[in-house]
Amino acid sequence: MSKKPTKKQDVATTGHSWDGIEEYNNPLPKWWLYTFYACIVWGIGYTVAMPAWPLLNGATPGLLGASTRADVAAEIARYDAANEGVEAKLVAADLTEISADPELANFSQNAGAAVFRTWCAQCHGSGAGGQQSLGYPNLLDQDWLWGGSIEDIHFTVTHGIRNEDDPEGEARFSQMPAFGKDELLTDEEIAQVVQYVRKLSGQEFDSAGLGDGETLFIDNCASCHAEDGTGDRAQGAPNLTDAIWLYGGDVETLTETIYNARYGVMPNWNTRLSEAEIRAVAAYVHSLGGGE
Amino acid sequence: MSSTEPVEPPPLYAAREPIFPRRVSGAFRNLKWALLAVMLGIYYITPWIRWDRGPALPDQAVLVDLANRRFFFFMIEIWPHEFYFVAGLLIMAGLGLFLFTSAAGRVWCGYACPQTVWTDLYILVERWVEGDRNARIRLLRQKWNFEKIRKRFTKWTIWLLIGVATGGAWVFYFTDAPTLLRDLFTGDASPIAYTTIAVATLTTFAFGGFAREQICIYACPWPRIQAAMMDEDTLVIAYREWRGEPRGKLKKGEHDPTQGDCIDCMACFNVCPMGIDIRDGQQLECITCGLCIDACNEMMDKIGKPRGLIGYMALKDENLERAGGHPRNIWKHIFRPRTLLYFGLWAAIGIGLVVALFMRSPIDFNVTPNRDPLYVIQGDGSVRNIYTLRLRNKAGDDTTFKVSIVGVDGQPVDGLTVHLEGEDADTVTVPPDETLTQRLYLEAPAGSPLATADRTDLRLWIEDTGSTDRDSSETVFNGTGQR
Repeated sequence: MSKKPTKKQDVATTGHSWDGIEEYNNPLPKWWLYTFYACIVWGIGYTVAMPAWPLLNGATPGLLGASTRADVAAEIARYDAANEGVEAKLVAADLTEISADPELANFSQNAGAAVFRTWCAQCHGSGAGGQQSLGYPNLLDQDWLWGGSIEDIHFTVTHGIRNEDDPEGEARFSQMPAFGKDELLTDEEIAQVVQYVRKLSGQEFDSAGLGDGETLFIDNCASCHAEDGTGDRAQGAPNLTDAIWLYGGDVETLTETIYNARYGVMPNWNTRLSEAEIRAVAAYVHSLGGGE
Repeated sequence: MSSTEPVEPPPLYAAREPIFPRRVSGAFRNLKWALLAVMLGIYYITPWIRWDRGPALPDQAVLVDLANRRFFFFMIEIWPHEFYFVAGLLIMAGLGLFLFTSAAGRVWCGYACPQTVWTDLYILVERWVEGDRNARIRLLRQKWNFEKIRKRFTKWTIWLLIGVATGGAWVFYFTDAPTLLRDLFTGDASPIAYTTIAVATLTTFAFGGFAREQICIYACPWPRIQAAMMDEDTLVIAYREWRGEPRGKLKKGEHDPTQGDCIDCMACFNVCPMGIDIRDGQQLECITCGLCIDACNEMMDKIGKPRGLIGYMALKDENLERAGGHPRNIWKHIFRPRTLLYFGLWAAIGIGLVVALFMRSPIDFNVTPNRDPLYVIQGDGSVRNIYTLRLRNKAGDDTTFKVSIVGVDGQPVDGLTVHLEGEDADTVTVPPDETLTQRLYLEAPAGSPLATADRTDLRLWIEDTGSTDRDSSETVFNGTGQR
């Protein structure tokens, strides 16, 4: 065995010695040190140029005036500007032409969905399924209180229903009498009408309790709900013969409806949304499956 | 015992020692030149290869289309939801490094790493402008005069041009190369392209021209990780000190039988791009480029001694040779459980990716049942379910898809109607290279089993009416749950 070669240079130590343990000195490269200094200088410069030092109210703004809020505002403005053309086109277009124009259809699908989730979902649900227990209509089915054409939907969204706030006073309006509370019908008569409405809608009913239900219906209800119970869209009177119920078709709910009446309100959106937004959301709702 | 007397601390930071690799010729140098030409050739030529994909798609063979989120690689097109292919390739690259390192040491560092390749190129330019090792050392020590300024300026200019070409080629991978080349000269290219070129130029210039081995020693994590990959079978570059020592100058006419084969000519040190003396043993800096082998072999030939004083060797062989034995066959080092395991993993992932690639359905879609609300009751009491259908058309022209529904048993479902939003029929046309999102309505008549059950499993078939390719996906129909 030959002896190991002597290293050209042995590794130096730092000169420290603790109980005989010495520390090797493998020097860092100088450029590394200078990079470290440069980072410190950069860091100081950065806190001067950019928002950095916390103060009582906010932070130092920085010389460059950078602001993420301003960035967001600028980005929103940029998108608004980019959408100006298509929004103008949407406002100018005939409502029934929107779905046939790919550009308008695509824009109203996306913008309309965003408007819907922001302003409409609180009552109608994020999926537009409504909420029966509170009488918020389901917008996915083919049953419409005030009409399901895109013009009707656009009018409803613009002016709302049974509100006093519409500046044009165009809100859709109708009122069902509170037959029980205002003593227009007795409790017994109401029970008979309930059974008749159950019959009209093809549900199980108590033929013994029907009594004068049909006559009572024709006398008191048919002016709005029509003699055959199919309702009247001009007055927002629901069709009572189909399987769809605004509040519910069971005996208890029907009794409650006839006794106290219902008074569903929808706000007018013409003061809060732009015409382009209203048109987009109308087109969106119209496309959900029930549009006529 | 501790020494308490104050000691003047030695400097904790050291300046870089300049390295002047001498020109060398030999088998490893030729191999490195060949690999350099091949790899730079691949890098520069690839973006210019054309590949016809029809009028709607780019005709660049290799293209990372960030704006449209597409990756094209010859006949393969990858969409963002198939990014696992890229992840798989990265895992393969990692395992490949493990495999090569455990089998043959740092061959990546020595031959294939961009840092090595570009540094080699930069040293070639340096040698061409300023001369070989001695001339360069002289130039460094020389005062700044016309000659030094001229040579330095020429060298830096060529380095910068190489840097520009490097960054310039990089951006071609991300957009149509011929268009971008024209735009770069007319000033119409995007600021991102110019910035990328500028950054790549400066990093190439700094790393290849000045930082060189500092990157390998201080910046790169790989030399640290490689320790875990290597064992006594791994090939490294070793100096046969039992043959070379004691080293000594060869004196004409004299023959000292006690002297080893090493004549201390420093050829191995002079050619080393990392500036180390391989005779000190295996070191972190060594990238196993093999240039010292070439240099030593050349010298051994001159003095009439056998080649191989420095060579590729495994630690096991060193022990065998010290004991007077013969080294084991190189293949015995390469084929061993560890490398076979790495290769097995590497190949398994590779085969998995290839299989997945060719098993990809030509029809790409998904269908999501609407959960809010689960179902809608229509006026006649029928129950409607709403689905979001997402269809991707990867073809170069319009494709018409037909939608149909069967039960999980493959039989048609009585009374169930299929209706696509905005279309009267059950077909939908998707424009080329686009994803179409469309609502799909299924309606079960009042009182039917589907309408009254809680939920029913269904199978949705999508058929390409042009090619009759078809694919299916399971979905559910939510009923009222009340009989």
